[in-house]
Amino acid sequence: MAASEPTPSDKTVVLEVFRYRPEEEEEPTFQRYEVPYFEDWVVLDALNHIKDEIDGTLSFRWSCRMGVCGSCGMMVNGDPKLTCAAFLRDYHPATIRVEPLNYFPVVRDLVINMEDFLEKMTEVKAWLVPKEEKPVSEGEYRQTPAELAKYKQFSMCINCMLCYSACPVYGQNQSFLGPAAIALAQRYNLDSRDGATEERADVIFSHEGIWECTFVGDCTRVCPKNVDPAGAIQQAKVSATEDWYRSVLVPWGKRNVKST
Amino acid sequence: MDLLQHDILIVGGGGAGLRAAIAIGEENHDLSVGVISKVYPMRSHTVSAEGGAAAVIKPTDSLDNHCYDTISGADWMADQDAVELFVNEAPAELTQLEHWGCPWSREPDGSVAVRPFGGMKIERTWFAADKTGFHMLHTLFQTALKYNNVTRYDEWFATKLLVHDGVCQGVVALELRTGQVRAIAGKGTILCTGGAGRIFSFTTNAAIKTGDGMSLAYRAGVPLKDMEFVQYHPTGLPGTGILITEASRGEGGILVNKDGHRYLQDYELGDPLDVSDPDHPRKRTMELGPRDRLSQAFVQERQKGRTIEGEYGDYVHLDVRHMGEKKINKKIPFVRELCRNYAGIDPVHELIPVRPVVHYVMGGVHTNTDGETPLPGLFAAGECACVSINGANRLGSNSLTELLVFGARAARAAVRFASESPGIAVEEITAQAAQEQQRIRQQFFQPGNGSESIAGIRGELTKTMEAGAGIYRNANSLQETCSTIRELKERFDKVELADHSLTFNTELTAALELEYMLNVAEALAHSALARRESRGSHQRTDYPERDDEQFLKHSLAYQAEGDPRIEYLDVVITRWPPGERIYGSK
Amino acid sequence: MPSTWWLKRKSYFMFMVRELTCLFVGGYALFLLILVSQLNDADGFAALLKNPLVIVLQVIALPMVLYHTVTWLNLTPKVLVIWRGESRVSPVLIAAAHYLAWLVVSVIILWIVSMYR
Repeated sequence: MAASEPTPSDKTVVLEVFRYRPEEEEEPTFQRYEVPYFEDWVVLDALNHIKDEIDGTLSFRWSCRMGVCGSCGMMVNGDPKLTCAAFLRDYHPATIRVEPLNYFPVVRDLVINMEDFLEKMTEVKAWLVPKEEKPVSEGEYRQTPAELAKYKQFSMCINCMLCYSACPVYGQNQSFLGPAAIALAQRYNLDSRDGATEERADVIFSHEGIWECTFVGDCTRVCPKNVDPAGAIQQAKVSATEDWYRSVLVPWGKRNVKST
Repeated sequence: MDLLQHDILIVGGGGAGLRAAIAIGEENHDLSVGVISKVYPMRSHTVSAEGGAAAVIKPTDSLDNHCYDTISGADWMADQDAVELFVNEAPAELTQLEHWGCPWSREPDGSVAVRPFGGMKIERTWFAADKTGFHMLHTLFQTALKYNNVTRYDEWFATKLLVHDGVCQGVVALELRTGQVRAIAGKGTILCTGGAGRIFSFTTNAAIKTGDGMSLAYRAGVPLKDMEFVQYHPTGLPGTGILITEASRGEGGILVNKDGHRYLQDYELGDPLDVSDPDHPRKRTMELGPRDRLSQAFVQERQKGRTIEGEYGDYVHLDVRHMGEKKINKKIPFVRELCRNYAGIDPVHELIPVRPVVHYVMGGVHTNTDGETPLPGLFAAGECACVSINGANRLGSNSLTELLVFGARAARAAVRFASESPGIAVEEITAQAAQEQQRIRQQFFQPGNGSESIAGIRGELTKTMEAGAGIYRNANSLQETCSTIRELKERFDKVELADHSLTFNTELTAALELEYMLNVAEALAHSALARRESRGSHQRTDYPERDDEQFLKHSLAYQAEGDPRIEYLDVVITRWPPGERIYGSK
Repeated sequence: MPSTWWLKRKSYFMFMVRELTCLFVGGYALFLLILVSQLNDADGFAALLKNPLVIVLQVIALPMVLYHTVTWLNLTPKVLVIWRGESRVSPVLIAAAHYLAWLVVSVIILWIVSMYR
């Protein structure tokens, strides 16, 4: 990068980008780049400009550029954002600071290690376990629009991890299951076709599950898809509590974790 | 280092790849499967598909109807035995996906709902609001987590097929996190790597759609079939190319030019009904015509000066205002979100600017109906394959179903092949992998050679493809494009990377992808030049008529010294003799 | 994570304030117990209430407890999800219903108290 400090003009904006090259340096650094400013450019466009025209060594993830693949999550001025949905015009002319997502180990530059989340998806059994078996030849399971609506919101998660980066509980303790994993579990718990709520209960209704959550609510605030993971977790708390009371007051009854 | 080995390898973790993995997880749990994907599977481009997946479900519909719609939509380039099989297995596959949890939108009685789609006579497009691909991919990915015989290689980039003794025995892959290049052996290898929209300037496609698997097969001597057929989706946002789903037309949206005129009626696509007419939108008419004809109509409108000028080129308007806010929020909410975020308009009150953008590649790795390629041990499914069921033009909502049908079929064929496989030639393929590592090092990391930039060559490639091999082509434009590609291939040798690191080197992967793109572009441009007729999405202004006598055949592009060699293969006709494509009639 | 993490964002800071208000709720409950223990001693009871320190604490406690209540009531829609067909009963309505219940209970309490004046 040139020795002189870039100064932004009306037609440009400066990005201050987190760099980390594990083979070359122990500690991360920040690098400033001046990129052209366009009304309809997003931060991702600016990063691509840097990579294509200024500095090919900058590494970051991206793919769909339309907010559905979940690849391009990064911290923009301290806020977790999808860089394909963060418009330069909302920051210009101020300098834009781009860093990798909080609370995940950094692999390189803006790329984080998200294995933790993938393991959690398997832990919470994030797949449909039908209540009753039915051969495909007999057609679909019936599900009314009202039944679909109950879990629909929680099925919209694009696995972008912004919620984890906003959650101070996860920041303190990475063994917390976290917003997206619990919301995904609830998506299946609330699906009228599913019968594995009890199986998931041991993982989710646990100390590292819902009870670790203190309802800060930032996960819902930053979610780009309005999944409302905080809502999912609080609803799960109600279910778990009801279930507990039922097991205490009616211990001979079948442990039937009724989903709201 | 120990050789990584599996019974079946799947390259690509999108809809087709995951369906293949699940098929083996369900039906052959004793076999080990490796899924190699250059991105985490839920990032695969299947995720952005919006409109729906087709399968016959209504009692008024029939398999023959679906066949006829698909075959006529394909302008008779589809292999009819493949189409019959596809149409037959489609309903079971979509039902199976529902059993795995896919949140299909429903009728009030709880049965799966279907909606009208382009080129289809009767509603048969199953949908999950307007994020069908997203829901399908996430359902498949989450279901695949169940099987402990499936090992995922997330963010491993395949760079070469391992072929020994005329049999494909796996791939060489670069692990992004560590930079190590390793052989991964498999008795059967299935390519599910998607299409190559990124070789054009404007595309709905994500960054990752660079034709990787097509090129891997091409370099291994497998022909690419029907590459000249590229689908332009009629309604993408200008500039970004972001997809505005056909479902917006299926639910009643209309296309108007700068004078507010529904111009499609001037292009033999039938008569428009008023939007308040209960029969609107009429199937196979006007805005529900096939995509190639709609895109061609746009170009002709532009030539007549009836399109609107914009900073990213000309466009027309898609009008969904008459649908009303409630219907828009229920049926096409994602469209509303995309328009507000990326076009700065609210489709409830304003017109959506749209233009044709490259969306899908009908062509691909030549396979039979079982996903087998001419190279033993190599299979392919999904957009990267060409069976062909889509022929010269694909109908919307057939490709999501295609992923499931052929993903499963290819998996079963691969399993059959693997059960008879004599085994892996460990020494030979390990040696090949070492050679490949050397090749990459020498090609991209030798200092002092680099005078070309990846972005520069890529920009010129997309420009020449859009200009010469776009919606309308001719011998001159195609020859120009072929010659530019030749030049770009040479210039590519002078690319040197600034990034020499081993850890997550995305400059290296960008260079490897560009190399793939050049292969695919070459096959496409030469196939287009050789096809001297107009059919479906391949329109030659110098040969404007369809020529069944000479060209009712698939093109096969083989990599050769210099230009590719083009051969031809007859299209399989069973019960639907070639006829005229008629849209807009009652 | 540094121990000053909650100063980094406004939403984190307000979260901590919300959590801290429970100290005032608990503190006030303790205060009421102390008042109960003074019931036999009219002078001691009055002296306690007139104590300037106690008044200051009351002045601080009131907005804290109010904030506690308001944040709690505002979060009720997140926990109480009622479906009518395909749509949820509006969260605003759910919160409003709770505010109404609070008002009603307050009125009843005031009425009971007024009966003994």
